[in-house]
Amino acid sequence: MSHHIVEFRNVFFRYPDGTQALRGITFRITHGESVGVVGANGAGKSTLLQHLNGYLLPTAGTVTIGDLPLTKGTRQEIRRKVGMVFQHPDDQLFMPTVFDDVAFGPLNLGMDEASVRERVRGALEMVNSLALQDKPPHHLSCGQKSAVAIAAVMAMEPDILAMDEPAANLDPRSRRSLISLLRTFKHSRIIASHDLDLILDVCGRCIVIGDGVVVADGPSEEILSDRALLEANSLELPLSLQRVSRAMPR
Amino acid sequence: MTFDEKYFDIGRLDRLSYRDTVVHRLDGRAKVIGTALFVLTVISFSKYEIAGLVPFFLYPALLMALGDIPVRFIARKVIVVSPFAIFIGMFNPILDTRAAAMIFGVSVSAGWLSFASILMKFALTVSAALLLIATTSFSGVCHALRQLGCPALFVSQLQFLHRYLFVLMEETMRIVRARDMRSFGRRGTGLKVFARLIGILFLRTVDRAERIYYAMLSRGFRGDMPALGQSRWVWPDLAFLSAMALFLLIFRFVPVTEGIGRIAQGVIR
Repeated sequence: MSHHIVEFRNVFFRYPDGTQALRGITFRITHGESVGVVGANGAGKSTLLQHLNGYLLPTAGTVTIGDLPLTKGTRQEIRRKVGMVFQHPDDQLFMPTVFDDVAFGPLNLGMDEASVRERVRGALEMVNSLALQDKPPHHLSCGQKSAVAIAAVMAMEPDILAMDEPAANLDPRSRRSLISLLRTFKHSRIIASHDLDLILDVCGRCIVIGDGVVVADGPSEEILSDRALLEANSLELPLSLQRVSRAMPR
Repeated sequence: MTFDEKYFDIGRLDRLSYRDTVVHRLDGRAKVIGTALFVLTVISFSKYEIAGLVPFFLYPALLMALGDIPVRFIARKVIVVSPFAIFIGMFNPILDTRAAAMIFGVSVSAGWLSFASILMKFALTVSAALLLIATTSFSGVCHALRQLGCPALFVSQLQFLHRYLFVLMEETMRIVRARDMRSFGRRGTGLKVFARLIGILFLRTVDRAERIYYAMLSRGFRGDMPALGQSRWVWPDLAFLSAMALFLLIFRFVPVTEGIGRIAQGVIR
């Protein structure tokens, strides 16, 4: 299948207060690709992500998801294709119990009860959280909430997975299991994060955004080892690479 | 330690509802209807009624016993909200001073009677409501309301209220803590700062509401909260409701306390 593509063509976005957040972003992500989006604070990562399922619409340029150009009319359709995981799981878990929350998406897709239960079970098992299904979200720890938030999105079986800082609230072990989980996915993945080690582990390709434009786009190993490029964008070498470069005599 | 556990312990009510007892297994709808009937019957008594209300304490007592709910926990909750009832009835003894009864040779004014009656009705209704949630869980109650035909909009408002109450309280606690850490004992503060804190809390809440709505949209929300599992009435639910209705009728229209008193007097003689 070649239709799970994401294409941004010369996308501009300006917030109502006049802030020009995107100034001509162009890239194309093909089916099954895993792409990290990195950049300084305020570079436009979150704005970019919010275009992926039509929460924001470009002020100029086109966004194409699958075969659909993103417009007001195609938003609903596109939201089924793109699963979005938010930075704060509390923003995402709004139903009274974990089960209800994970079932929310599938029910909105109009599935019948048996298949909804099946989906919920599968999604919760995927993130090792089946035991939590009857709990209300406010009784969960941060890591558990993140895991459930991912399950809630996976239950919709999206073609494309977009994540904003997925590991921000996680302890090292939960982060590690998230990384192994993400590596098993066959979806097209777009992950915005400051956690460059996570990007290096999960994403084959990396896009650096600076000041609303694409500064660099290429294989993660190449881009994330380019110290000059990273430092120019308020980033630094991933810790794993720092250790290697220190160990090597110069 | 979250705000919730530290200050209000609201979450514990929910945790009590995880238990698995006869009462917990009853259908949510049966319990919602039962509680509503109970509350209506209790408040239908006249404002001076005391003796007639006494038998109604059987219901919360039974629920607590069968549902394995700690009595002290519920009692504490009732006491916490009791100032409302106390303030409502406080002036009755002063305003309504005509003598209404003699107890152990002391004349008691009608005001005191109505005050006591308000407190009893309050204790009965509030404990019944608390027990409903402790045995059904808040989401269970919402679900039952939806099944009973409550408007979806109303029920989803309730769900959100309950879900984000905790988030809001934690947010408040974080802001208050941040203020206290930098106000160095001068308690920092005053009304001016407080007003700003409220403003910030409001803005953060608006932002969060925006993000939540966005999250709902991303998962296909189009104005209606879906729900699963049309649970079925089974005979214990019907038995519970019929027993409930029967006893409420008896307690409402037959002077049970008086009867027991007569019998007791007869035995003593």
